[in-house]
Amino acid sequence: MLKIMKYTLSDLLRSRWGLIYLGFFLLLTLSLLWLSGDVSKVVISLMNVILILCPLIAVMFGVMYFYNSREFTELLLAQPIRRTDIFWGQYLGLALSLSLSLLLGIGLPFLLYGLLASSEVLNFFVLVSTGVFLSFIFSGLAFYIALRNDNRIRGFGLAILVWLFFAVIYDGVFLLSLMLLKEYPLEHYSIVAAMFNPIDLSRILILLKLDISALMGYTGAVFRKFLGTGLGSTLSFGVLVLWVLVPAWSIRRLALRKDF
Amino acid sequence: MKTRLMRIYIVILFLGIGALGLRAGTVNVCADCPVKTIKEGIRQAQAGDVVLIGSGLYAEGNIVVDKPLTLRGVNYPVIDGQLTEEAFTITADSVTIEGLKIQNSGHNQLKDLAAIRVQRTKGYIIRSNILLNSYFGIYLEYAGAGEVYGNTIIGQAVTEANAGNAIHAWYVQGVNISHNFLKGHRDGIYLEFVTHSFIHDNHSTGNVRYGLHYMFSNDDAYYCNTFDHNGAGVAVMFSKRIVMTDNYFEHNWGRASYGLLLKEITDADIARNAFVSNTVGIMLEGASRIRYQNNQFKSNGWAVQVTGGCEDNNFIANNFLSNALDLVINGRLNSNTFDGNYWSEYNGYDLDRDGRGDVPHRPVKLFSYIISQSPESIILLRSFFVDLLNFSEKVSPALTPDNVLDNMPLMEEAQWAVGSRR
Amino acid sequence: MIEIRNLHKSYGKLEVLQGIDLGFEQKGRIAAILGPNGSGKTTLIKSILGMVLPDKGEIRVDGQAIRQQWAYRERISYLPQIARFPENLSVRELIAMIKDLRGGHAEDELLIRLFGLEPHLHKRLGNLSGGTKQKVNIVLAFMYDCPTVILDEPTSGLDPVAMIHLRELLNEAREQGKTILLSTHIMSFVEEMADEVVFLLEGKIRFRGSLQTLKEQYQEENVERAIAHILQGKQAVEGNDGNSQTAGYKLQATSLKPQDSRSFTPHLLTPHN
Repeated sequence: MLKIMKYTLSDLLRSRWGLIYLGFFLLLTLSLLWLSGDVSKVVISLMNVILILCPLIAVMFGVMYFYNSREFTELLLAQPIRRTDIFWGQYLGLALSLSLSLLLGIGLPFLLYGLLASSEVLNFFVLVSTGVFLSFIFSGLAFYIALRNDNRIRGFGLAILVWLFFAVIYDGVFLLSLMLLKEYPLEHYSIVAAMFNPIDLSRILILLKLDISALMGYTGAVFRKFLGTGLGSTLSFGVLVLWVLVPAWSIRRLALRKDF
Repeated sequence: MKTRLMRIYIVILFLGIGALGLRAGTVNVCADCPVKTIKEGIRQAQAGDVVLIGSGLYAEGNIVVDKPLTLRGVNYPVIDGQLTEEAFTITADSVTIEGLKIQNSGHNQLKDLAAIRVQRTKGYIIRSNILLNSYFGIYLEYAGAGEVYGNTIIGQAVTEANAGNAIHAWYVQGVNISHNFLKGHRDGIYLEFVTHSFIHDNHSTGNVRYGLHYMFSNDDAYYCNTFDHNGAGVAVMFSKRIVMTDNYFEHNWGRASYGLLLKEITDADIARNAFVSNTVGIMLEGASRIRYQNNQFKSNGWAVQVTGGCEDNNFIANNFLSNALDLVINGRLNSNTFDGNYWSEYNGYDLDRDGRGDVPHRPVKLFSYIISQSPESIILLRSFFVDLLNFSEKVSPALTPDNVLDNMPLMEEAQWAVGSRR
Repeated sequence: MIEIRNLHKSYGKLEVLQGIDLGFEQKGRIAAILGPNGSGKTTLIKSILGMVLPDKGEIRVDGQAIRQQWAYRERISYLPQIARFPENLSVRELIAMIKDLRGGHAEDELLIRLFGLEPHLHKRLGNLSGGTKQKVNIVLAFMYDCPTVILDEPTSGLDPVAMIHLRELLNEAREQGKTILLSTHIMSFVEEMADEVVFLLEGKIRFRGSLQTLKEQYQEENVERAIAHILQGKQAVEGNDGNSQTAGYKLQATSLKPQDSRSFTPHLLTPHN
């Protein structure tokens, strides 16, 4: 598995798309830092980009990579290698290459501005780690989609739909339900509902660093306990790990059953 | 107003010199001295004498200081009220109490017991004492000018109901409360019917209700204080002409929690304060004719919340930096102005290079309305969908008041000379 | 050695393999698997490699059942039909990678020289022509010394010189006593190289036997015509050796009936994708 991961990674890191992705983050972070001295403002802008872009790129790039490397995958399948190793290796390679682009693209400018030595290092860490989480989760979903659908058009369509669902539609329905049910106690409901969307979870993790004072404004006992203590971060973190593991495990299940 | 303040200073100075001049005799109180109790020391002392209290433990209470004396502790002698009695009651003018450690004074919710009570006097100086586990710490009633300086008052309050205030003033004129450290009480400082008083350089933290609390008090000033981790930083209620400058409000969190709560007050001046990481920076309820200038609002949940009945609040040259929501205004009528502030969320441009944005800024967002309808939706703060909603509302306002505008937002943060502490 | 027993595979309603029984026990023989598009050739080959998971039946390679196994593939050299590789790797890196993944001794240098790939070693795979890619493909398949060799369309895109080398490699493998399966649509290549033919149609084996038997059974001069006979549904001449499995066959797909079998057959036998 590690060997496959290594080769996928070295292939992707040299690909045009990987470089464009890295360049985009470099340029974005540099210009944000240059234009605005306020680091927390930069973190917020980056947060919006990461929460939207990382899932989109991961899911699209994942589906694309899977379809493009299909023949090569067949070559690997004929080698004496476990199937799970092949797909997990490719998945890890993809997710790692995306994460690496993100880490370098944001990390280098931050280093350059000497912010890693400052108190902002924690914000940076949370930002990047949620980005990494999202890259893993959505490339896992991409592999799942691509494994299930041999039809490329369908695969790409589903990938976009999955992204749109988690990035926009889910929150819209969520908000609507909160407005409609506002007569009822909704604390448990809203926390659970947020758990089912990795993008919301990541956002909450960042908010717990940036906007905790606003989140504490609503202090029903449940929110207060969830947000005010370490519970919120720990639980969000744990569920994000689950969000990584479940697609990864589904990839294995599909991979073991699939014909090539 | 300035001359009035000067006059109070002069009075205090005069009283201080007077006390020094009168210092004739000294009565020593200690375990090995002929005089073994503080009460006995006071009984033997003449007006103007110094009662020197040696280090040790004095299990005394209900000590009445009824002549102008200086009670001075050596190496912080401990006066233990055994949770039943008040330690000192000052009934004479020109009494000084300093260098004492007073602990476990009586707790009684009916009688409002205090460690040091000042009753109908003036010229008192309560300085550099340590008050631990009191119900009320220092209780001033019907007092004139005096000074409460450099005391450390730490209580163990958990709920509002069974706790007193660290410093409590009731019908007091011209008190100067400064450089105190106040923690673990109901309110750090509570002022009711207090006028012409100065509260400065205090640090009020971890109090259950308010760091500083004004009720029915006029013509006062507080400055250079720090209020953090209190239920709410400062509450100014039913008061007029309060000057609030150079204070630091941080990390006052909770559902009903504010850096500064203004309720039914008029004609205040609020300048050069910093509001950092509070649930609400300033909450206005029935607050009118107030000028807000050069305040820093940073990383608060809501920088400013304006509810009904607030008129003529003028925000000038303040900085709104990275707050979750800058401004919430309930009620459609608005005679408040927000021109010429710096908003870190402003994304307009300044083509004519006059330092002012060329398009007006709209500080009120749709999402703040949604939150007021359904508080749980705060969990969707900064989500892409909410950004889309806010954007569409910004383009064509339907629910937010369209006259709440900053017509000339600053392009750079406003600068000013900082106060003595921050 | 490969044994296949009662192999079934269907994709949805389409039954691709309908009960294949096939054994390749004799060493040092080249078996050509033939059949029109959709006859199940590639599915059969992929089943042996474990890339397609059968619905029913059993496959044994060297006596070992292969279901959910992977290590047995160490003993198989496989040449896939379409040679597409990670575009950003160079040829040398690809070969190094496969060597790294499989481990053990590989004759890559020799084969690289044989096919004249030295000038291409540092080129990105994305920049290679189809023929060169196929040469790389052959190098990858033959660089390991495995008792079983499976080739899916080995001749596609090869120049005459490379074809000669491929024949040499196959003959060498035969002499070494390897079991060799190949699918191709070049009938001359079959006639020249194959010792026996397996003909698949609609998921069933229509003929299995030596080239000689095939020609005799259908009384034709060459393999191409004999196969056209099978496709046209002609009964085999009775009384041949028991190796034949064509008895009782009736062609059902009428659309497969051409006027001129000569022009028709090659088209039918183009590789199935």
